Amino acid sequence: MLKGFWKLTWVETKVFIREPMGVIATLGFPVLIFVVLGRMLGTGQVGAVSSQEPPFNVPVLAALVIAVNAVISLVAIISIYREGGILKRLRATPLSPVTILGSQVVIKLAFTVISLALLVLAGRQFLPGAMDVNLVSFTLALVLGTLSILSLGFLIASVVPTARFAQPITAAFLYPMIALSGLFFPLDQLPPTMWALTQVLPTTHAVSLMLGVWEGSGWGAHWGNALALLAILGACTALSPRVFRWE
Amino acid sequence: MPAPVICVSHLGKSYGPTVAVEDVSLEVEEGEIFGLIGPNGAGKTTTMECVEGHRKPDRGQITVLGLDPLRDAAALRQRIGVQHQEAHLQKRIKVWEAIDLWSALYSRTVDTGDLLGRLGLEAKRNAWFMTLSGGQKQRLFVALALIHDPEIVFLDELTTGLDPQARHAIWSLVADIRSRGKTVVLSTHLMEEAERLCDRVAIIEHGCVIEMGAPAELVAKHCPERQVVFTSDGQSVSELLKRELGSDSVVSNGTTHTLRGRGEEFVTDVINLVAREHIRVRGFRTELPNLEDVFLKLTGHGIRD
Ligand SMILES: Nc1ncnc2c1ncn2[C@@H]1O[C@H](COP(=O)(O)OP(=O)(O)OP(=O)(O)O)[C@@H](O)[C@H]1O
Ligand SMILES: [Mg+2]
Repeated sequence: MLKGFWKLTWVETKVFIREPMGVIATLGFPVLIFVVLGRMLGTGQVGAVSSQEPPFNVPVLAALVIAVNAVISLVAIISIYREGGILKRLRATPLSPVTILGSQVVIKLAFTVISLALLVLAGRQFLPGAMDVNLVSFTLALVLGTLSILSLGFLIASVVPTARFAQPITAAFLYPMIALSGLFFPLDQLPPTMWALTQVLPTTHAVSLMLGVWEGSGWGAHWGNALALLAILGACTALSPRVFRWE
Repeated sequence: MPAPVICVSHLGKSYGPTVAVEDVSLEVEEGEIFGLIGPNGAGKTTTMECVEGHRKPDRGQITVLGLDPLRDAAALRQRIGVQHQEAHLQKRIKVWEAIDLWSALYSRTVDTGDLLGRLGLEAKRNAWFMTLSGGQKQRLFVALALIHDPEIVFLDELTTGLDPQARHAIWSLVADIRSRGKTVVLSTHLMEEAERLCDRVAIIEHGCVIEMGAPAELVAKHCPERQVVFTSDGQSVSELLKRELGSDSVVSNGTTHTLRGRGEEFVTDVINLVAREHIRVRGFRTELPNLEDVFLKLTGHGIRD
């Protein structure tokens, strides 16, 4: 079945690329946010364009936008495929559900890495010094974070009734998660129940891990976040076959 | 008699409060084209999906090629081909990519170039799915259903929405599948389609099989009436016909005479009578009942009402 998996992944990649607007939005939007906000607010880096201290970490925000983009795109594709009966047709073949979803995840992760690479290139060009970070470590943190948020996306994809609602419903889940991720204000200012809620959201741990890597404290100091991301990934992956609807 | 390849006994399936299939029992034999016919919402698709193993029945037993469609789903998928009603593929997948992907999924496949040729899709190899016409899409779905050389092919409303020309092309395709020794199960609400293609049909209404058999047998059984209409300028033809056939069987309107009778022999009898009496005939046509009439008789309404 591995042959089928790679073939499906390759076909789906081509199908995705054939819609240029989607690709441009996926790849361009994070870069745009990064460059515009970086210029306006500064990146707090030595040699940065603006010398003032930015109110939040712009590269981490841009990375988070990449992850969120991947999720929105995944939920949209799944809901369109479901509504159009494409999932139903695929299910009538020997393809297993895991294979179908897995190939979408591989594509989303590939585009996540490409987006990040573009971010680095744009940083070199427009915001010198902004992306001076251990790139391998940062990429791994982003991929793990994206994977974890994607797994939550599966659950969202399962409850989205129609393709039309996919975008607004995903946004309704994700934007508050971004706001509460700890990127914009310290989470210990929150009341205890709210704080507890943020601790089960993958975005919170993804941001904390990426900030840690970015500030140089690294994985050792943030293994708790990595573990939480893996736990959320495991839980959502285990749950999604139960709630997933194919039509 | 060969063992049936599909056995369905007392199948029942509801969606919440909606009873889709009430009680369906049927057997399909190897190498035949079996039709499920009935109006919208009769339960044809639901029955097929249960047989294909895509839906879990509430009640009843199903075996397909000796397998349980749910328990042996993986094994069965290699041996049956499916075309869904109103199916779709990715908008921007190319015809050859779909064929290529599908052939990577099965352990055994037919020659795909030959398949595309037979289905008249060669010229569309590089076309995106979204740019295909309705008939071309249907032919692609037939190709995908046949790609692994399945023993049974399920075709759900294959020709709905197609123009007559595309419909005829698809019909000859289906006949071609049977001539390769495959079994075909199809659903339709076109009675003409069922009569042209099917060896046997099951008429389904409100989730129950109300009649089953070869189309010609069903017509002979339920609608033995025959009608002959002819025009003749001859004098007192009406009186002659009424005397010979009984006055109830003849309606004359000027030079047009409509004769009603029953049974296979009726048309021959009329021809013999006309010849014997030397009636000069200007026009002559027979009106034979068809499945549509059988349906009307059995249900009290037309299939599209
Ligand atoms: N997924 C579903 N959820 C709820 N109800 C359904 C579903 N599929 C079918 N039904 C209902 O079950 C009944 C039988 O539907 P089914 O699709 O089996 O009929 P059909 O004979 O194939 O009709 P058609 O000729 O329109 O295709 C209908 O009343 C339909 O509304
Ligand atoms: Mg149907």
